[in-house]
Amino acid sequence: MANGAAVGDRSTLSRPNLPALFAAIRAAGYAIVAPTVRDGAIVYGPVERVEDLPIGWTDRQDGGTYRLVRRDDAAVFGYNLGPTSWKRFLFPPHERLWTAERKEGSFTVTPEPTDTTRWAFFGMRACELAALDVTDTVFLKGAVADPTYRARRSRILRVAVQCGQAARTCFCTSMGTGPAVTGGADLILTEILLPGPHRFLVEVGSPAGAEVVDRFAESLSPAGPDDDRLARETVERTAGSMVRRMDPTGLRDLMAENLDHPRWEIVANRCLSCTNCTLVCPTCFCSTQEEVPDLDVRSVERWRRWDSCFNLGFTELHGASVRKSGLSRYRQWLTHKLGTWHDQFGTSGCVGCGRCISWCPVGIDLTEEVAAIRAAPRSSGVEARGR
Amino acid sequence: MLGDRTGSPGGASDVPLAPLPYQVRSVVRETPDTATVAVVPRGSRRIGPTRPGQFVMLYAFGIGESPIGVSDETDGVLYHTVRDAGRITHALTRLTPGDLLGVRGPYGHGWPMEAARGKDVVIVAGGLGLPPLRPALREILRDRDAYGRLEIVYGARTPKDLVYYAELQEWRRRADLRLQVTVDAAGRDWYGDVGVVTTRLPDARFDPERTVAFVCGPEIMMKFTAQALVGRGVPAESVWVSMERNMKCAIGLCGHCQFGPSFVCRDGPVLSYGELAPRLGVREL
Repeated sequence: MANGAAVGDRSTLSRPNLPALFAAIRAAGYAIVAPTVRDGAIVYGPVERVEDLPIGWTDRQDGGTYRLVRRDDAAVFGYNLGPTSWKRFLFPPHERLWTAERKEGSFTVTPEPTDTTRWAFFGMRACELAALDVTDTVFLKGAVADPTYRARRSRILRVAVQCGQAARTCFCTSMGTGPAVTGGADLILTEILLPGPHRFLVEVGSPAGAEVVDRFAESLSPAGPDDDRLARETVERTAGSMVRRMDPTGLRDLMAENLDHPRWEIVANRCLSCTNCTLVCPTCFCSTQEEVPDLDVRSVERWRRWDSCFNLGFTELHGASVRKSGLSRYRQWLTHKLGTWHDQFGTSGCVGCGRCISWCPVGIDLTEEVAAIRAAPRSSGVEARGR
Repeated sequence: MLGDRTGSPGGASDVPLAPLPYQVRSVVRETPDTATVAVVPRGSRRIGPTRPGQFVMLYAFGIGESPIGVSDETDGVLYHTVRDAGRITHALTRLTPGDLLGVRGPYGHGWPMEAARGKDVVIVAGGLGLPPLRPALREILRDRDAYGRLEIVYGARTPKDLVYYAELQEWRRRADLRLQVTVDAAGRDWYGDVGVVTTRLPDARFDPERTVAFVCGPEIMMKFTAQALVGRGVPAESVWVSMERNMKCAIGLCGHCQFGPSFVCRDGPVLSYGELAPRLGVREL
């Protein structure tokens, strides 16, 4: 690789050489955030060493269930998605926007200094790259781009992993977002456990990825045709093993025409309005603002905090909420995610990651809700009434 | 959609979502719980020019921000009529001349003034719906010959809830518009009309097919007014209503103001009844 790596180049990285990839990413100026085991789950957080990754762990997921389980091998990426999503590093759950101070009968506003951390998102799955596309559309392509998202987004390195297995909650094949990584990543890894030695196929996805590869080229060997085939088969096997499905055909209209469907009442009777689904969703973007004055209100801080359409106060107007019932709040979430998102952003808000299914304390499954509505749709939503 | 429905996204401040310092020039108590606050920049920087029907975020220092319609802009002075309906608006209605506050904006799409030119204009206001309509009304009066007949129907809960009392008297005396004022309930000292605004609409004179209507007030009032206007033959696309929702950012990023596919802050607040009719029939949307 004397001339340097190019986009599309494939090589093989042996498992013992994985630390060289970490070192190369760091040498290129990035801090690594990656999956790691914490509090009984695989979450995304800053990591120092390869050993911080969830080596030999997997997760068992289903509606309302998430359990960590030991694998009988030492796979590095042998699990699926946990409760965190990468959005928290671009759109933090709680962030100060500015500080204002009274001065000579007026006030001055000082913006929060730009976060200049360059994060390498290590281990992004295909559906998460799709989610990144969605949040890019939301935060960057509207009338006003969100400056803090833009600043953080411009500095990331996306190291993707093609999934070697699917959780029972996964339905990316339905949403057309995975499990194959088809673009939007700087580096793409595929873990090959067998046959032969434990290794990774490394594909260069962008010039930024090529720059990283150039820094540890000596640790790589040219990918053989077998590795290409094995990587392809890994992804195909994963796709074939997916048990959940959601028919995405005409979802926008299905939602719009069924605002008065009796199913909303049934799901609302189960929904706790706990906001878990919106917190684990990689695309939910709602936020509120908080004013934090000091004791004598001489200076104030303005904070932005994640909010949720399931909170009663979310739609408060003159002391009363527009969406008082749990029914209206669940309906808002799902019809926005699958329906009006298309009107607003030209894309679905759902990427099929299944987090909202696992982390719903009562196991509400949006694929089931959609199927129930589709099975007996209302004729028209024009005369729709809420209940 | 329409050429003159342009919005101004970011406000004048370099810091996103940061207000510019303004100060109160005067305060007029309109009703027991409502005040019109006139504000001017406290310093050299001001927000951009406002269009009829747009709103700003008014900031009570240390308390927070609230979306408030612009009820007039004259010679660089912004007027906002605020009702005491919560912590922030309570602070805003308690301001006195010289007090400091913050302003960012203007935001949203206002009344489609261009579409109203050459047409009869029907303006229907309910309660605090009159202030956001006043700039449209004033623009029409400034260029009166460019429009057809002008019918105004204004309803309030009681006579003491009427805002802009002196101005209403002035409009009542004009020959080039017709103003009907009605209240829901009144004592014996009120000799005017009693009843909801829709009861006054049959008396309004306009050519339905060549009419543009601007409606602002409580949602239920706007819905029935729009239905009555459409019933009189006004095309639903020519009836415009100004929606109100909870707002935190005013630039389409916080998600609070969604009404079906619309972000009220960015796509509205003024939207056509033709577009909204199906949604106004859905409870708790």
